[in-house]
Amino acid sequence: MSAARGHLVYFSSGSGNTARLVEKLGLPATRLPMSAAAPVPEITEPFVLITPTYADGEGLGAVAKPVIAFLNRAENRALLRGVIAGGNRNFGATFARAGEVIAAKCNVPLLYRFELAGTETDIARIRAGLDTFWGTQCLTPA
Amino acid sequence: MKDTVTTARPVPAAINWNRLQDDKDLEIWNRLTANFWLPEKVPLSNDIQSWSQLTDEERQLTIRVFTGLTLLDTIQNTVGAPTLMPDAQTPHEEAVLTNIAFMEAVHARSYSSVFSTLCQTSEVDEAFRWSSENEHLQAKSRLILDEYDAASNPLRKKIASVFLESFLFYSGFYLPMHWSSRARLTNTADLIRLIIRDEAIHGYYIGYKFQRAIERLPEAERTELKDFAFALLFDLYDIEARYTEQLYDELGLTEDVKAFLHYNANKALQNLGFEALFPEDACRVNPAIMAALSPGSDENHDFFSGSGSSYVIGKTVATEDEDWDF
Repeated sequence: MSAARGHLVYFSSGSGNTARLVEKLGLPATRLPMSAAAPVPEITEPFVLITPTYADGEGLGAVAKPVIAFLNRAENRALLRGVIAGGNRNFGATFARAGEVIAAKCNVPLLYRFELAGTETDIARIRAGLDTFWGTQCLTPA
Repeated sequence: MKDTVTTARPVPAAINWNRLQDDKDLEIWNRLTANFWLPEKVPLSNDIQSWSQLTDEERQLTIRVFTGLTLLDTIQNTVGAPTLMPDAQTPHEEAVLTNIAFMEAVHARSYSSVFSTLCQTSEVDEAFRWSSENEHLQAKSRLILDEYDAASNPLRKKIASVFLESFLFYSGFYLPMHWSSRARLTNTADLIRLIIRDEAIHGYYIGYKFQRAIERLPEAERTELKDFAFALLFDLYDIEARYTEQLYDELGLTEDVKAFLHYNANKALQNLGFEALFPEDACRVNPAIMAALSPGSDENHDFFSGSGSSYVIGKTVATEDEDWDF
């Protein structure tokens, strides 16, 4: 029996990088809609968010619109426990910036950063890290 | 028989950016245009003193590496991006490709700005001659150009284009990152980082369009394209390995450069939606090179890879985005 775990919520655009990472994690996960106009999913248990980054050269516009729409719903935001962000180190200082933005705005830890669809090491670290992390968290909604 | 009418080029539909078939086109257009830059923005002349402190061999290597990069940018500007345009699935994709083509011209032009700021004309002329005669540089260009040939499969063109954008540049990009990690030619490195940022978006976008296109194909054709991609990458890697040895053996950097090549080859494959080829222990890039590539991005430990308690919640970052409600 594994320890009680929270949920994963993720966004992945048509490039599918984050979706491939989540598939390799093999953990229960809810995918956010690709369009910001689509209905926002309602989450009922504590979760970690996995999201790619879309920043321009100045770091603006880092968080995808559907992720913003999802976090704008206060009930969802209250259950967010941490964020894992994708990106590309070729973007220099703005690498995985979406993670920093969400961590700062929602007052949760930036748990991990990966490039594109991640590597085997990333998958192993995220799995192990989530196990430890959920062990330290109170999973009862406030 | 009147065939003059039927052979005339059809009048294209006027492009309407408010009716998108693929949201990714506008997303990438916005990112590329927001990132627009020219070499005049970078104070290259601040590198004159640093340049004078390199040895003759180091200077020659740097100029040669930059002529090699100029060749790849020239190919992508004049052949690569234009050759993708007839295969575009949307008018917006065509428009994005014109931006990509133009920025490749800016990249090619910016190496000449480095040369005119730092180098003697005779050294530069010698290096351009060298690049036109270098067998490895010519061989990799030939392999790519053969795929760009109009008779080739449109999806093979995209594979070749992603490999050029996301893999072939990196034997060259390594050197300015290496100098930068030793506090040399730091303004030139700033310029190269602007190029690296652009190429990352180009590889991502062309790879994305490749993934969209193969979704519609039967399994057998998808497998065939994947086999082709891995075979082409093997062939290109073979040439890159020899090019790397020729350039970097003297400085003792060849193995370090190869790790960087493996790491970037895997990222090129990910852009196409494929899995990595090189095992992770072949991709352990020198941390000084990674730090030069994304300076400042590792100041904060994240929770899973740090000591466990030293993570920070996150410093205040710019979010001038009106969509946030809180």
